[in-house]
Amino acid sequence: MSILVNRNTRVLVQGITGKEGSFHASAGKAYGTKVVAGVTPGKGGTDFEGIPVFDTVEEAVEKTGADVSLIFVPPPFAADAIMEAAQAGVPLIITITEGIPVLDMMKVKRFLAGKPVRLIGPNCPGVITPDECKIGIMPGFIHKKGHVGVVSRSGTLTYEAVWQLTQRGLGQSTCVGIGGDPVNGTHFVDVLEMFERDEETEAIVLIGEIGGDAEERAAEYIKKKVSKPVVAFIAGITAPPGRRMGHAGAIIAGGKGTAADKMASLESAGVFVVKNPALIGETVEKALQKKKKKR
Amino acid sequence: MNIHEYQAKALFAKYQIPVPNGKVAFSVEEAQSAAESLQTKIWVVKAQIHAGGRGKAGGVKLAKRKEEVGPIARELLGKVLVTHQTGPQGKEVKKLLIEEGVDIEKELYLSWVADRATGSVVLIASTEGGMEIEEVAERSPEKIVKLPVDPVFGYQPYQGRAVAFKLGLPREVLGQWVGLLGNLYRLMIDKSALQIEVNPLIITKQNKLMALDAKVNFDDNALFRNEEIRLLRDLDEEDPLETRANQYGLNYVKLDGKIGCMVNGAGLAMATMDVIKLAGAAPANFLDVGGGASKETVKQAFQILLADPNVKGVFVNIFGGIVRCERIAGGIIDAAKEVSISVPLVVRLEGTNAKEAKQMLAESGLDLTVADTLWDGAQKVVAQVS
Repeated sequence: MSILVNRNTRVLVQGITGKEGSFHASAGKAYGTKVVAGVTPGKGGTDFEGIPVFDTVEEAVEKTGADVSLIFVPPPFAADAIMEAAQAGVPLIITITEGIPVLDMMKVKRFLAGKPVRLIGPNCPGVITPDECKIGIMPGFIHKKGHVGVVSRSGTLTYEAVWQLTQRGLGQSTCVGIGGDPVNGTHFVDVLEMFERDEETEAIVLIGEIGGDAEERAAEYIKKKVSKPVVAFIAGITAPPGRRMGHAGAIIAGGKGTAADKMASLESAGVFVVKNPALIGETVEKALQKKKKKR
Repeated sequence: MNIHEYQAKALFAKYQIPVPNGKVAFSVEEAQSAAESLQTKIWVVKAQIHAGGRGKAGGVKLAKRKEEVGPIARELLGKVLVTHQTGPQGKEVKKLLIEEGVDIEKELYLSWVADRATGSVVLIASTEGGMEIEEVAERSPEKIVKLPVDPVFGYQPYQGRAVAFKLGLPREVLGQWVGLLGNLYRLMIDKSALQIEVNPLIITKQNKLMALDAKVNFDDNALFRNEEIRLLRDLDEEDPLETRANQYGLNYVKLDGKIGCMVNGAGLAMATMDVIKLAGAAPANFLDVGGGASKETVKQAFQILLADPNVKGVFVNIFGGIVRCERIAGGIIDAAKEVSISVPLVVRLEGTNAKEAKQMLAESGLDLTVADTLWDGAQKVVAQVS
């Protein structure tokens, strides 16, 4: 089944004529994703590699039935682009853009509240259901269709984990990058809930990092509601306090949000917490074997 | 992005938030003339560094006569101050704020913070000012009031009043308090700050509210639309290598260890640091070359890594998605021509065009070790450095 996106998903790309947008719209199409429209205000009526470009999201949705928007709009205009898509009724908005001001994202969240829309990101690599639909910047070829759900705050670290799984013959149901920003649309808990309900997903990989309390909340949720085996890696155990390591979200401040704290909460929830990121694939394999033995 | 107390107070003044009269000084002479210009009975000399805990570390001194200011300035300027927020290496004091002393009746704590958990801007206030707010939070949490504000509608005066009544503030300061909160909030929203901390916010003996200290942190992501804030950046407070990295779009944080790392992606970079630690050595830095890595940025990254004298070995770990591995390989080969890489170099490339990249490296004649996996790479570099 997979979650969020599949072979029937129809994608529109906001910012399709820009450098990033065009490259990834093309790559998505090459992977087999149904990229049905692009939106660049002022370039409506043109087309990009056969994909019709519209001036507004509303028109794009009306004319093509797009149900997911992939946003590559630069930071100064990205919040506006998200709100436009939400207003146009797009039910799933995936925002790749890195560098959106925090206060802008707070307003976006307020705007989205109460609307039937899910935002993923910003500052995320996107979502992929292998062999069916790739919406984002992840390299398609490292993925393989299968039964492991992956949810991560990171980009390339996710690819590392996915590659380890693929090399062991453990394919993925869906991989969801929720992104590294402190104020974002979708949290671990949201995706865990979806994976728990998804018949195709048999195990879950959770990749977290320092900063915030998303992993702690995930641990609470897993304890109560998740029956499938979860393997987690938390990046940043060597990060010194108070320093910002790349992601706006990855700051340890005031002793909270440390990797050690997160690992402890997850462990107490029965999660297989991996200390060495090179062992993610191996640990998932063992967890699945354990599960099979129980049966 | 952080700014100094004197810069924050200048911003406060623009937003009608009362601050003591004061002047910044970059030399002993300037400190002396600043002292002359202030009509006061007590002068306060404050070290200006991007870190808290200055008082305890001897970075804040009082002068009862204006003649004392010069010698105090001489002692503080150039001194390396070590506080619990600077790290053991401390920070060198290059600027001072000379202020008039103010009669303090009561010290309060006040801050506006962009809170990720609630997705809103939160006011934190307490009657226990002048102390570490975290200690207060531990010992007497009931003395801290928190108030989240809707980011769309903003701060409303009734919210300020509610906090004042909860804290039991004297009636005489109620109006000032409500207005001051609003002014600070406006400053935060106008300039996209992530945190504004006033500790202490004092009530003077004349029942006036005044900000005795000011710590403001701005959202780096919003600097593109806040040029005047961007100009407040003090490169002296930053590590020169970090500043240089910034110019090339590289995200670099200097650490203490001896294994230099070059990685694409913040999460993978942190994971690489973690793996190096597990393999038995400490990382010398965090370095994310980002998604747009090119030959030029790789070259710059190498130069920055190797400029750190602690670096005894380098581990390049690139998982190419958008980033094409052969470009990284090209960058490494180019860098080696211009920068003498005299330390062991281990390279692990995976993803887009990895095979081609590995071939290029093998044929380059460069003295480096190719690794296949993350663990393999970490172990190899640690082994070569030991």
